[in-house]
Amino acid sequence: MGFVGKRLLGTIPSLIGVVIVTFLLSHALPGDPAAYFAGPAANAASIAGVRAKLGLDQSLPVQFMHYIVDLAHGNLGNALTTGQPVLTDLIDRLPASLELTFFALVFAVALGIPMGVWAATKPDSLADHICRASVSVAAAFPTFFVGLILVYIFYFLLGLAPEPVGRLNEILYTAPPRVTGAYTIDSLIAGDWNTFRASLAQLVLPAISLGLFALAPIARITRAAMVQSLGSDFTRTARAAGLPRGKILVTYAFRNALLPVANVLGMVFSFLLGSNVLIEQVFGWQGIGAYAVSAVLASDYAAVQGFVLMMAVLYILLNLIVDLLATVIDPRVRFEA
Amino acid sequence: MRATTLTRNIGHAFGENRLTLVAVAILLLLLLCAAFGTVLAPYNPLMTDGTAKLVAPCMAHPFGTDALGRDILSRVVVAARLDLGMAISAVVLSFAGGLALGSAAGYFGGWTDRVIGRVMDTIMAFPLFVLAMGIVAALGNSVLNIVIATMIINLPFYCRFARGEVNVRREMGYIEAARMGGNRALQVLTNHIVPNILPPMMVQASLNMGWAILNAAGLSFIGLGVRPPTPEWGIMVSEGASNIISGEWWTFVFPGAALVLAVFCFNLLGDGLRDLLDPRRRI
Repeated sequence: MGFVGKRLLGTIPSLIGVVIVTFLLSHALPGDPAAYFAGPAANAASIAGVRAKLGLDQSLPVQFMHYIVDLAHGNLGNALTTGQPVLTDLIDRLPASLELTFFALVFAVALGIPMGVWAATKPDSLADHICRASVSVAAAFPTFFVGLILVYIFYFLLGLAPEPVGRLNEILYTAPPRVTGAYTIDSLIAGDWNTFRASLAQLVLPAISLGLFALAPIARITRAAMVQSLGSDFTRTARAAGLPRGKILVTYAFRNALLPVANVLGMVFSFLLGSNVLIEQVFGWQGIGAYAVSAVLASDYAAVQGFVLMMAVLYILLNLIVDLLATVIDPRVRFEA
Repeated sequence: MRATTLTRNIGHAFGENRLTLVAVAILLLLLLCAAFGTVLAPYNPLMTDGTAKLVAPCMAHPFGTDALGRDILSRVVVAARLDLGMAISAVVLSFAGGLALGSAAGYFGGWTDRVIGRVMDTIMAFPLFVLAMGIVAALGNSVLNIVIATMIINLPFYCRFARGEVNVRREMGYIEAARMGGNRALQVLTNHIVPNILPPMMVQASLNMGWAILNAAGLSFIGLGVRPPTPEWGIMVSEGASNIISGEWWTFVFPGAALVLAVFCFNLLGDGLRDLLDPRRRI
């Protein structure tokens, strides 16, 4: 339990840093929110009035204290574009983004790990070269470009994919009653198979385009880690003892290769959460990324800062989960930390 | 002697790896477009033509035209300067900043190291593209701020790398000797340590360029920084995206392909440069 506690404490400095940065982004940089809120017809007096109302005339430390108190109450301010509290908006849209990210991650892991393992069992073979070449080509493609190409091929040319109109074609289907906010789960809860199939079909292309970018680091690290553990003494011993090939590969080599794979997941999450914004834009996905983009374009400060803060907290939590998983995979991590 | 080793190394890097040669050719093409794009482009990239909207690729318009009748080839060629300019300036800035901060952290250690390390950790605590969006939103929506945002999110990589490299050299004999010879800390750093860590840093920079291009193009894809009608690859892909439903693929494929080509070129160059500077990696 000592390790878990220590790791939990370790997130506190990151959280403090993240809160300070989001505060600085919204309060200490050029660009005058007061002038913006006061509107184009404002004069100096009304801007000053708005500034006092928003608390922007006080010193930075005082403003920071107000910011902390607001955060503690879950108050991220009101969004100009929707007129709702930012937190409500974000929580409303978060499940859509999480659902997409989750499916992208499943795709990347389900394809990347077997690819890496396969390449590692036959180093320098044709399979290995194809694997490495495709991975480095995939890394050069911008996520949004991949998304558009997939839409063109699978929707326009082949007609296999549904129209990229977001999470569900609302003309043909009705959204399931909200329980978790993820359409695939909610439609299953409601027992509505048609909607489930429709929402899953909408997910396929965005999840693949998002996942392709995460594929490269996962496959590369898996290959490197597998090459190393397949060449190690314990694998040789297992082979000499006459253990079946499958057992050597999975129980001996793969289990030991998992740790570096888990460690690269942190970087993968950074990619996924960032590229999420681009993919939501391409597919009309109603997640927090699309919300943030329209907020940025409308100079909706509170909404953007809320989004940045929420993504950072999410990222810190995901890294925490990965680190805890790593101790399950390899108990030695506990002692090294 | 030194010169011949270098030529042999270059010969080796190109000979062994033809892809590096391809990358150099692509780089020259891109730089040519960036330098003389407005002269090379067959049409004015901003000129609209109501009679030639969404023309498919043909002899007159090899890449077709967009929804306003502008020649896509001309726009793609002219955009090279802006796209490469944004990425290169961001990488140069983060290279310089990361080198300075990282060297200071690695050489002086103690509080300097702790404060700089903490700041870099905080940057890394964000999903980087999201932080870039936040920075552009806070600083204002302009090309310069895209460069600044890209520079900030790349800073930790250079800083950590420089710190590590300086740290291992700090106690080496030749540095001790330089210190004994009466050089001040800053002199030791700039004259004796930094020249030695520049080559591996250059490899990092080259590998990082592709990512900087993707990042800047991603920001303009979502509508930040570059304003229409300025030709830029990211915004052109985003403008072309609305034509997908009706099947005008050329509107987004060519600017997107230009992006892919540029990123691919810098990734290959980075690999080639690494082979050149670190012969041990050649197996």
